[in-house]
Amino acid sequence: MAPLANYLVLAAILFALGVWGVLRNRNALIIFMCIELMLNAVNLTFMGFSAYLNDYSGQVFVFLIMAVAAAEVAVGLAIIVSIFRHKENVNVDEINVMKW
Amino acid sequence: MNLLVFYILAILAAGSAIMVVTMKNIFHSALFLVLTFFSVAGIYVLLNAEFLAAVQVLIYVGAITILMIFAIMLTHQLFSRSLRQVNEQVIPASLITFIFFVLSVVALAKTAWPVSGGQLPEDRIFEIGKLLMSEYVIPFEVVSVVLLVALVGAIIIGRREKSGDTK
Amino acid sequence: MTLTLIIIQIIKVIAIFVGLLTAIAYTTLFERRMVAFIQGRVGPNRVGPAGLFQPIADAIKLLFKEEFIPDKANKVLFSIAPLLSFTTAAMAIAVIPVGDSITIGGYQIDLVISDLNVGILYIFALSSLAVYGIVLAGWSSNSKYSLLGGLRSSAQMISYEIGLGLSVVGVLMLSGTFSIAEIVRQQSGSILNWYFFKQPIAFFLFFVSAIAESNRIPFDLPEAESELVGGYNTEYAGMRFGLFYLAEYCNMITISALAASLFFGGWSGPFLPPIIWFLIKVVIFLFVFVWVRGTLPRFRYDQLMRFGWLAIIPLTLVNILITGLVMVLKG
Repeated sequence: MAPLANYLVLAAILFALGVWGVLRNRNALIIFMCIELMLNAVNLTFMGFSAYLNDYSGQVFVFLIMAVAAAEVAVGLAIIVSIFRHKENVNVDEINVMKW
Repeated sequence: MNLLVFYILAILAAGSAIMVVTMKNIFHSALFLVLTFFSVAGIYVLLNAEFLAAVQVLIYVGAITILMIFAIMLTHQLFSRSLRQVNEQVIPASLITFIFFVLSVVALAKTAWPVSGGQLPEDRIFEIGKLLMSEYVIPFEVVSVVLLVALVGAIIIGRREKSGDTK
Repeated sequence: MTLTLIIIQIIKVIAIFVGLLTAIAYTTLFERRMVAFIQGRVGPNRVGPAGLFQPIADAIKLLFKEEFIPDKANKVLFSIAPLLSFTTAAMAIAVIPVGDSITIGGYQIDLVISDLNVGILYIFALSSLAVYGIVLAGWSSNSKYSLLGGLRSSAQMISYEIGLGLSVVGVLMLSGTFSIAEIVRQQSGSILNWYFFKQPIAFFLFFVSAIAESNRIPFDLPEAESELVGGYNTEYAGMRFGLFYLAEYCNMITISALAASLFFGGWSGPFLPPIIWFLIKVVIFLFVFVWVRGTLPRFRYDQLMRFGWLAIIPLTLVNILITGLVMVLKG
């Protein structure tokens, strides 16, 4: 197995890319994808530690995170689609009024 | 051998993650996201976690990204390309991200992570199931409620109002 | 792993893959002849004795057709889509055992390419990947029929995947394993050990979801030719179209094999060798597929979705609940 640090660095890379994407992109769907990327990075650290500490708790957490991620995507995409119906647009820098 | 496979998967994951962030065409972003998820699943296999690798493919690739592609098809004109995808804060965002990344890598390198030797017991799915039903039973139940609430919420939000426009 | 084991593994892969391709080829002929029989026609019977060389003729015809890529289509994705479709379909066969382990010259050989301990999850993961082949085909063709077909199909496949997964949970609860070979072994001995008798509802739900998942009549909405020309593969021709075609039959075979293994004891049976029993059961399921195709009309799209979400999924959940209750009461 590769040393633990490798997994952690890869997770850091993925997480940073996720942060970058959230901060720099204006399309709500890409922001969503980047959030998933960050969740995946966190999962990866959990899995790495789980394997190196001989503890299944990490895998259980990954499992729970995946379930929450699925729920989050379902609600989030419903919101995005519903916003699109109102505004014909999913760019976050143009969705800046609270009511219309 | 193991290390080599890890590096290939890691480069694939990181490379396609970069493409996810920088691609102009959002459909291509989603496809590269699939590639990232897939490489991460491969890394799970390397860590002897076949169960979670399969679940990763099933949930992330099979459900989440497909839903995203669905949303893309619903919210975008078919072949709308080369729209501006970045907002006006690109440069500060990139700087902050870079600083954050360097700091986290430095922190990772400086910490001595506790590592215990030996291998995990063989019957992994069984162990995960036992943990879910004993030590983590409350989070498990809470997650099931969260999923139910999300399901109902998504249906209510996504539903068109009866009197609304017919688009 | 010694060299001998590697060679054995390679032989196994080649044998099973060649067997699969042959089976696909002759399933197409079988289907055409059976549908013809059901509809009172003759079917293809000119090429070779009783039409036995028809699949070869079909293959040659498809190979020599022009590979046409529509203008403004996304060329890379357009070419990847059929490959993805067929690869994911063919890979699923790797975890299905065609027979019990045999011993040749001191080596114990499992008659399965890889007996994963997450075998069933692996198949579901692959079937969720198969959606991408269709979505990509629909999106990259730059055609409204393809896109509509792709959208419909992905919605249908995601919906029925849930039913497919949940219907197997009852069997998994009883068997306590994800390994298909292990599940088959638990059913050997007597016909009463078959999970079909312990989980009859689960089997019917599984089979209905499976037909929908493989996009067959009466759930072949993605390629409803009367309204969508040809669905997601409208723009495809030649061998690219052939790969979609192969993928569909490959899915049929995998699902038949899976149904036989999970509910009908797989390769276990008296007198005859295990492989023969396995093949008999698979052929029976293939016949049911063809029979359904020959007799049932197509669902309407909203009926299909309503059926999936309001009938199949609740029933699978009830089935899981009942299975759990019975297991607890029996101790």
